[in-house]
Amino acid sequence: MAKQYETVIGLEVHVELATKTKIFCSCSTEFGGAPNSHTCPVCTGMPGSLPVLNKQVVEYAIAVGLATNCKITQYCKFDRKNYFYPDNAQNYQISQLYLPICRDGKIEIETSTGTKSIGIHEIHMEEDAGKLIHDEWENCSLVDYNRSGVPLIEIVSEPDMRSAEEVIAYLEKLRLIVQYLEASDCKLQEGSMRVDVNLSVREAGAEEYGTRTEMKNLNSFKAISRAIEGERARQIELIEEGKQVIQETRRWDDNKEQSFAMRSKEDAQDYRYFPEPDLVPIEISDEWLERIRANQPELRTEKLKRYKEEYDIPEYDAQIITGSKKLADLFEKTSAICQKPKKVSNWLMVETMRLLKENDMEPEDISFAPENLAKLIELAESGTINSTVAKEVFEEIFRNNIDPNQYVEEKGLKTVNDEGELRSTIEKIIAENPQSVEDYKNGKEKAIGFLVGQTMKAMKGKANPGLVNQILKELL
Amino acid sequence: MSILSLTAVELAAKIKAKEVTVLQAVEEVISQIEAKEELYKCYVTIAKNRAIERAKQVQEQIDSGNLTGPLAGVPVAIKDNMCIKDMLTTCSSKILSNFIPTYSSEAVIKLEEAGAIIIGKTNMDEFAMGSTTETSAYGVTKNPRNPEHVPGGSSGGSAAAVAAEECFFALGSDTGGSIRQPASYCGVVGMKPTYGTVSRYGLIAYASSLDQIGPLAKDVTDCATILEVIASHDEKDSTSIKREDTDFTKALVNDVTGMKIGIPQDYFMKGLAPQVKEAILNAAKVLKDKGAIVEEFDLGLVEYAIPTYYTIAAAEVSSNLERFDGIKYGYRTNEFDGLHDMYKKTRSEGFGKEVKSRIMLGSFVLSSGYYDAYYLKALRTKALIKKAFDTAFEKYDVILGPVAPTTAPKLGSSLNDPMKMYLSDIYTISANLAGLPGITLPCGKDEKGLPIGLQLTGNCYQEKKIIQAAYTYEKARGKIEWDQHSEEV
Repeated sequence: MAKQYETVIGLEVHVELATKTKIFCSCSTEFGGAPNSHTCPVCTGMPGSLPVLNKQVVEYAIAVGLATNCKITQYCKFDRKNYFYPDNAQNYQISQLYLPICRDGKIEIETSTGTKSIGIHEIHMEEDAGKLIHDEWENCSLVDYNRSGVPLIEIVSEPDMRSAEEVIAYLEKLRLIVQYLEASDCKLQEGSMRVDVNLSVREAGAEEYGTRTEMKNLNSFKAISRAIEGERARQIELIEEGKQVIQETRRWDDNKEQSFAMRSKEDAQDYRYFPEPDLVPIEISDEWLERIRANQPELRTEKLKRYKEEYDIPEYDAQIITGSKKLADLFEKTSAICQKPKKVSNWLMVETMRLLKENDMEPEDISFAPENLAKLIELAESGTINSTVAKEVFEEIFRNNIDPNQYVEEKGLKTVNDEGELRSTIEKIIAENPQSVEDYKNGKEKAIGFLVGQTMKAMKGKANPGLVNQILKELL
Repeated sequence: MSILSLTAVELAAKIKAKEVTVLQAVEEVISQIEAKEELYKCYVTIAKNRAIERAKQVQEQIDSGNLTGPLAGVPVAIKDNMCIKDMLTTCSSKILSNFIPTYSSEAVIKLEEAGAIIIGKTNMDEFAMGSTTETSAYGVTKNPRNPEHVPGGSSGGSAAAVAAEECFFALGSDTGGSIRQPASYCGVVGMKPTYGTVSRYGLIAYASSLDQIGPLAKDVTDCATILEVIASHDEKDSTSIKREDTDFTKALVNDVTGMKIGIPQDYFMKGLAPQVKEAILNAAKVLKDKGAIVEEFDLGLVEYAIPTYYTIAAAEVSSNLERFDGIKYGYRTNEFDGLHDMYKKTRSEGFGKEVKSRIMLGSFVLSSGYYDAYYLKALRTKALIKKAFDTAFEKYDVILGPVAPTTAPKLGSSLNDPMKMYLSDIYTISANLAGLPGITLPCGKDEKGLPIGLQLTGNCYQEKKIIQAAYTYEKARGKIEWDQHSEEV
């Protein structure tokens, strides 16, 4: 019988914090400025410049730590991690090694096999590096320090995960927590959330861990799943062939669905960590900690509970809506305006989800205002527009955040309730479709549907469908 | 009498009284530099045109009553490790041979706001590493009291410029004695304040946890006045301290009655030159005669200061100097094959021997497997040294001792024996390890006419006590006539 293997996975997750300014200077953290336009002597490592800690970074780190059940290190310090690379302006990164701000946390995840607790070893604060751009044409490399000094937290889990499913559940949970705290938008593709996977395999029942590898360059949850499956298979194959797994860092190529060795442990650098002498230790008072604790926003579990009590919406809908901070905010704001939570929930669950899927978008990418959805609901509920038109208008809201009142007015989309106009149109349709009339009279109930459709078409979709049905039956 | 022999405060008073113009002061200093620089080599950069331009602006502000401070219009020299906007800043290293900062050090900004006129940047040991100003990539500074001897270091250019009257006062930086020791060797007054008193923003770091900027001047009054101007709480420097008591000139009081002065017996063991010992004990007697209570005591841990200092300073320097890589600014090697070759050649060619040896030492003490044995142990010893001083200051207001075991050594004699050079820092480095303020002032000269310095060390934030003791001693001591040396050495 073939041997059974267990996969052991731990994650290092880097999250770019949503502060307006960098961690050690007052440069903007905004993404996409002209190269080196968001820089100063501090974030470009000029001699004589000194770092000054942005307090907001500490507050976000504490907030994430509290939400992940960590112990907060009330006397913590920064350390220098020394390594030479051109994107690293000082050739050392200011990070935390000896006294990270949060330790010993855990989060609960739900998978198909039930609930499981995943340990968090630590969360530490650090600065991001700049970006190297290789110019093949000029055969040179250029460096952009706009990202240099953007604040990061690194969330290091314990090796508690055993499958891709658990990893994804952990990441989704973590992302949701950070998003709810508004500490980051956590977009994998844009790099505001970066995941490194540490993975080893061992024979089922073995006590010792196998040799692990670290996988980098994982830009989507799908890529993470594929990389985990791929790396598990690669390691098992090595072991089955009697070969050794080498402790190394590997780079995942999602197009080739394959990973490549980047550097082995033998090339591992000695980072010569030591306490950062240009910064003073951070002392987090009980008062400060309590203030952050008191200001923690409602997280998903609490929100879900409140939705069930406060709004008359199905459990499933509440699950989906609270599964995204963006959707939950949109739901609450729209409901507050129109006072029809059930309708709001419907629009989010059906039409919004459909459009997101069709456009390959995430809920975070939604750009329309809750006011416009609320207005649309009013228009539909009051019968000013019919449901077909409402869907059409919603597409416009979704795409261009239009004001539905104005749009309906301008395009003349209001439902026609004028019986005289409807009657004459229907008479014309009946006259033009003798076969369908015949079928209906012979008991083919479905034929009326065709006639309704023709009428709606003639009326450009604006007719009141109830009225059309009524008049048709009467005339037939 | 030439105005060059005036102190900074005296010159400012004459400018205020319209007896001297700012331009006159600047021009006198420039002609003195032109006459003496070839011999002494105090400066790396002389900013003649900028100084003349500034002199006119400052004169206008003085005339209009906008500048009334005690340093308005006074020419000053700045150690070349402090950044000045649009002025070459080299740290006396080849690796920064073309570096022109876009910003100024906070201490320099404070001086310019007070109306001081920057004359130029002074020579130093490369990146402040050395005790003789012989490790500079731009030539060796000579001691104006005897040009066959070194001026001390690392702020040797600043000390020599003050002694040679090539400026009225100067700024230096002190990591292990780099203000106090050259001040002592050149027979001027130098002061290192409590760590955190003067902003380090714009000071190119040697060892961040030990570096402090301070004045080198002709007398204690100037020193207190300058320190009062440059001390500030700066939000750009996280280690800068908010202090209310920076009115240091208030301590210029000629009285030490009842002041408790301790002399560490451990400072008078082997290695201390007899003439130095005698001069220091005489100075102690002068203070005793003025009413101070002077006693000897056992400080302890003195022998651990040097290894502790060289471990911590080297560790920090190995990291602080990583940014000099040829990528963003500074020197870059001409020919290279790929990134790592560029790093290697740039740094091998750009740094001098002393800097490289300290980078290597620092990299070693921080490396995995040695961190606990060396760096961590040094940090613990540093805490113990601080504790020893805390105990001493429970009993004494001021600690009195020598600055260096000998007077200034001959040119070229120290670099051949680096251990001897390191050991000569024994009396100054403890103040840096414990963050304490210290002042040095001349208390005699040896048979070669070389100055001997007296060092007074205070507890953290107690600059006023050492200023008062130094001021009182200076008044009692009277003027020291330095030998006139031959111009042809």
